[in-house]
Amino acid sequence: MSSVISAQDLNLTFQTNDGPVHALSDVQLEIGKGDFVSFIGPSGCGKTTFLRCVAALETPTSGTLTVNGMSPDEARRQRAYGYVFQHAGLYPWRTIGANIRLPLEIMGYAKSEMADRVQRVLKMVDLEGFEKKYPWQLSGGMQQRASIARALAFDADILLMDEPFGALDEIVRDHLNQQLLELWAKTGKTIAFVTHSIPEAVYLSTKIVVMSPRPGRITDIIESPLPKERPLDIRETPEFLSIANRVREGLRAGHSYD
Amino acid sequence: MRNLLPILTVLVALMLIWQLAVAPMNIRGALDIAERGGAEIVPEGSVDRRSVSVWRLMAQNSDHVSMGYDLDRPRLPTPTQVGQELWKTTGAMAIKGRAWSKRSLIYHSWITLQSTLWGFFLGTSLGIIGAVAIVYSRTAQLSLMPWAIISQTIPIVALAPMIIVVSSQVGVEGRGLPKAIISAYLCFFPVLVSMVKGLRAPEISQLDLLKTYDASGLQSFLKLRLPASLPFLFTSLKVGIAAALVGTIVGELPTGAISGLGARILIGDQFGTPLAIWSALFAAAILAGLLVTLLDLVQRVALRHTGAPT
Repeated sequence: MSSVISAQDLNLTFQTNDGPVHALSDVQLEIGKGDFVSFIGPSGCGKTTFLRCVAALETPTSGTLTVNGMSPDEARRQRAYGYVFQHAGLYPWRTIGANIRLPLEIMGYAKSEMADRVQRVLKMVDLEGFEKKYPWQLSGGMQQRASIARALAFDADILLMDEPFGALDEIVRDHLNQQLLELWAKTGKTIAFVTHSIPEAVYLSTKIVVMSPRPGRITDIIESPLPKERPLDIRETPEFLSIANRVREGLRAGHSYD
Repeated sequence: MRNLLPILTVLVALMLIWQLAVAPMNIRGALDIAERGGAEIVPEGSVDRRSVSVWRLMAQNSDHVSMGYDLDRPRLPTPTQVGQELWKTTGAMAIKGRAWSKRSLIYHSWITLQSTLWGFFLGTSLGIIGAVAIVYSRTAQLSLMPWAIISQTIPIVALAPMIIVVSSQVGVEGRGLPKAIISAYLCFFPVLVSMVKGLRAPEISQLDLLKTYDASGLQSFLKLRLPASLPFLFTSLKVGIAAALVGTIVGELPTGAISGLGARILIGDQFGTPLAIWSALFAAAILAGLLVTLLDLVQRVALRHTGAPT
């Protein structure tokens, strides 16, 4: 299987006033087509930085990183990925429909095509009928779903998600996790997903990347043996718990409590 | 309309204070006239009265206090007098079909309004263009911003005559353009400062989002920075239009202009007719109020169109 995202010996050092910060250290990672990869680790472990490198929002100091076989910046210019930020970041002066239309307007889609796509992705995230509402009229979970719809509106095969459900409560998060899995099964996209939550990472992923800080590095990569079909109560099964345990061990090993 | 009551309350309070202030302000003038008319005044002679406080004069000559409310050339006219003068020089003249006579405040307001609008247009354009330059170019930020701030520390009354002189020297006919320049000089600054803030209002993540779409600079300006700055723009426009009006009036004051509200104020001062000053003052205030209200309406319509919670 060919890699969609491939990182070799990736290093990134930020120069700050307190000296250099080693945000990524010798990162090796292959993400295959259709994978659902979660990045988990404490703050400062470089999981978001890695995602931003893939998106060409940060430039690695050394090493090679390819996205669809190209440099990240070329991939960005070809609109190879959709990015979902931690905050929905919908434009308050645009309706939900117009927010989803934003990338399409920028990419120069035809008007009728835009309308079709907006309808299609609204249906995908269960927001039919909210097209004419403004963001402030929606709950936080609905806003985040709208922002996912915005990332799905154009045909990027890669979805980069940076703690998209981090600010939502447990119940809403469960619901959105389920929806996300359905969406992934339906679209076959490659998803890179940053999270703080062990259950979320185990529940969603085919591959779990455990990271640790100072310097930001990968300490464990776990291929999940769980089936693609995952009802919520899979979280009670021994397989699930044993993976969760391995993730927890990995996090603990990489964590210094000073 | 629920803010009508507080506004009216303040208005009534102001009128009351004004009405009460008329008595001490006008007592000396009233006593001089009464004395000339043969009345007994304590103490006698206006020169002797100068060293006596207005409060004692009022107490000792309580019969003549009411005269202060009906003087031809009062130091402080009553609200009624100002209202009557205002009506005489606007509505009454309009009814007689003389709205554009040189004695009508409608005519003078129109002269002032024209320069104000030109100045507002000029100042707003300069402010917005300057803000765009500052946000997009570090060089512009370093070179323009300090001068914009320094420009506002120069007293406009000192600058106004120079602008008039220079513009007549380079062959500009009439006072319209120099007045507009003076008005723009006052009005560009609030627009510039607010627009710099407004154009920088989008968060980093919102700019990153556009980068992931590979949006061009123009696209991110039109689709993100500009709409994000609209609320800032409208607030500054309301400040700007009031500043433009003040600028125009200041431009009319020291320049020997004969038409415009500023000229009316100056002429009223030179000829000792406070009523003319006060009515011109009120005409200016009403004009400013109308302009700000108009912009407020435009703002409401525009922001409702862009989904602001109502």
